[in-house]
Amino acid sequence: MILQLEGLTAGYGAAPVLRDIHLEVPQGSIVTVLGPNGAGKTTLLRTIAGLLKPTTGRILFDGDDLRGVRVEHLVRRGLALVPEGRGVITELTVEENLRLGGLWRKDSAATMSEVYELFEPLARRNKSMGHQLSGGERQMLAIGRALMARPRLLLLDEPSLGLAPKVTAQIMSLLRQLRDNDGLSVLLVEQNARSALSIADAAVAMSLGRLAETSSGDMRAAYLGS
Amino acid sequence: MERFAFLTFDGLANGAVYSAFALALVLIWRAARIVNFAQGAMAVAAAYAAYAVTSATGSYWLGFAAALAGGMALGVLVERGVMRFTSHSAPLNQVIVALGLVLTIQAGLGMLYGNEFRPVGTPFSRDAIDVGGVPLLSQYDVFVFAAVLTIVLLLALLFTKTSTGLRMRAAAFAPEVSRLLGVNVGGMLTLGWALAAGAGAVAAMLVIPTELGLHPHAMDLVFVTSFTAAVIGGLDSPPGAVVGGLLLGLVLSYVSGYLGSSVTPIAAFAALLAVLLARPQGLFAASKARQA
Repeated sequence: MILQLEGLTAGYGAAPVLRDIHLEVPQGSIVTVLGPNGAGKTTLLRTIAGLLKPTTGRILFDGDDLRGVRVEHLVRRGLALVPEGRGVITELTVEENLRLGGLWRKDSAATMSEVYELFEPLARRNKSMGHQLSGGERQMLAIGRALMARPRLLLLDEPSLGLAPKVTAQIMSLLRQLRDNDGLSVLLVEQNARSALSIADAAVAMSLGRLAETSSGDMRAAYLGS
Repeated sequence: MERFAFLTFDGLANGAVYSAFALALVLIWRAARIVNFAQGAMAVAAAYAAYAVTSATGSYWLGFAAALAGGMALGVLVERGVMRFTSHSAPLNQVIVALGLVLTIQAGLGMLYGNEFRPVGTPFSRDAIDVGGVPLLSQYDVFVFAAVLTIVLLLALLFTKTSTGLRMRAAAFAPEVSRLLGVNVGGMLTLGWALAAGAGAVAAMLVIPTELGLHPHAMDLVFVTSFTAAVIGGLDSPPGAVVGGLLLGLVLSYVSGYLGSSVTPIAAFAALLAVLLARPQGLFAASKARQA
């Protein structure tokens, strides 16, 4: 398992948002977490990424307990988060955003070429400022920047938010490609169940901070009809 | 015409110092969203360090180096020892802490060195050189331009050409995202304070010899003028700080030369008011982001 959550409880202040979460993400697979607004999906990803400290429970990344590991060190271990709203730094150019994703890597120039191959629009607009990009281009940039770190686990928060269905389909197709070709593991948080389930190896539903007892097969049947 | 040429060069020389000091304010504003009201007092403290070293060794340049190093060290100390522990829940918290620092530093300097003005020497002559019969720049003015130009160029190179500069900009614009990308945001903030305090210290070393001398309040007026310059240029814009400083230096020089020095404070406020009315975000503020 690349990621194991064991009895994870976390929140803001005294009130827990996540309650006793148990979840596993196998190596080289896409696991999606579905749920309505306010379910705690974003809090789940922020906790795994180290932005929130769990009150109880453990986060194991590739077998290592992440307790006490600083947020800025997680990316070097291979864990990258693409936050909700994409997190593109709009005051920097496309190229600067990408460079930032792999500043500490010696092979960042080669990785940037690969990212440009993967996202051709970014190559064309490499000198554009982040604020000049469309929503779809920003999402590509956010994912591309995360890939600059050559992560083993990608945490994606609502990548389809505000995007046209065609662009969403492209993003999902890309994630499938990264899993199949590079063995990338993905924990995908989505409200767009149909898109997420179309590429997910496993799915869980979340409601009011808890994972619901629903099987992946049931959800696929409900949303995809198979 | 001779008078105009003299006032222009004099204004640019003063404006260069305002630019360096405004740049220091902008650096901290961009990094921490704090107007560092203690910048003037910190710069004077660095100048006192220079005064002590120069008095002990007889070397202006050792004193200059001490001001730079002392200023940067003070910047680190203020950020790590005070500002980092100040609550960010309301912007006024940091303003009040900065004002408290001003009082503490100035009182401390007064107790250590006394409150009298101490004349400070310059490494170059301040006698104006005649060009075509018109007294224009002194050697010291040329040194001031060169020093400020060096600061501006070094900072520009740092921010645009190095990975440390990229990290600093990212940490200033989006601290949380930067942490997720592996940037040590706290370290970048400390570096920003050190650089800003270093620039402020150099500005103090350049301007104090041209004024009444070293005194715990020697940078108060320079702070007000430079803050005005930074707002005119756009508090978020380093180029704006440089241009704002030069523009304000020119305006104050012309007003002082043609209308009298008693009118210059009014001129500074009039320039500020005009810019705030016409372009509230400052002359060089970045354009608004496109909505996703």
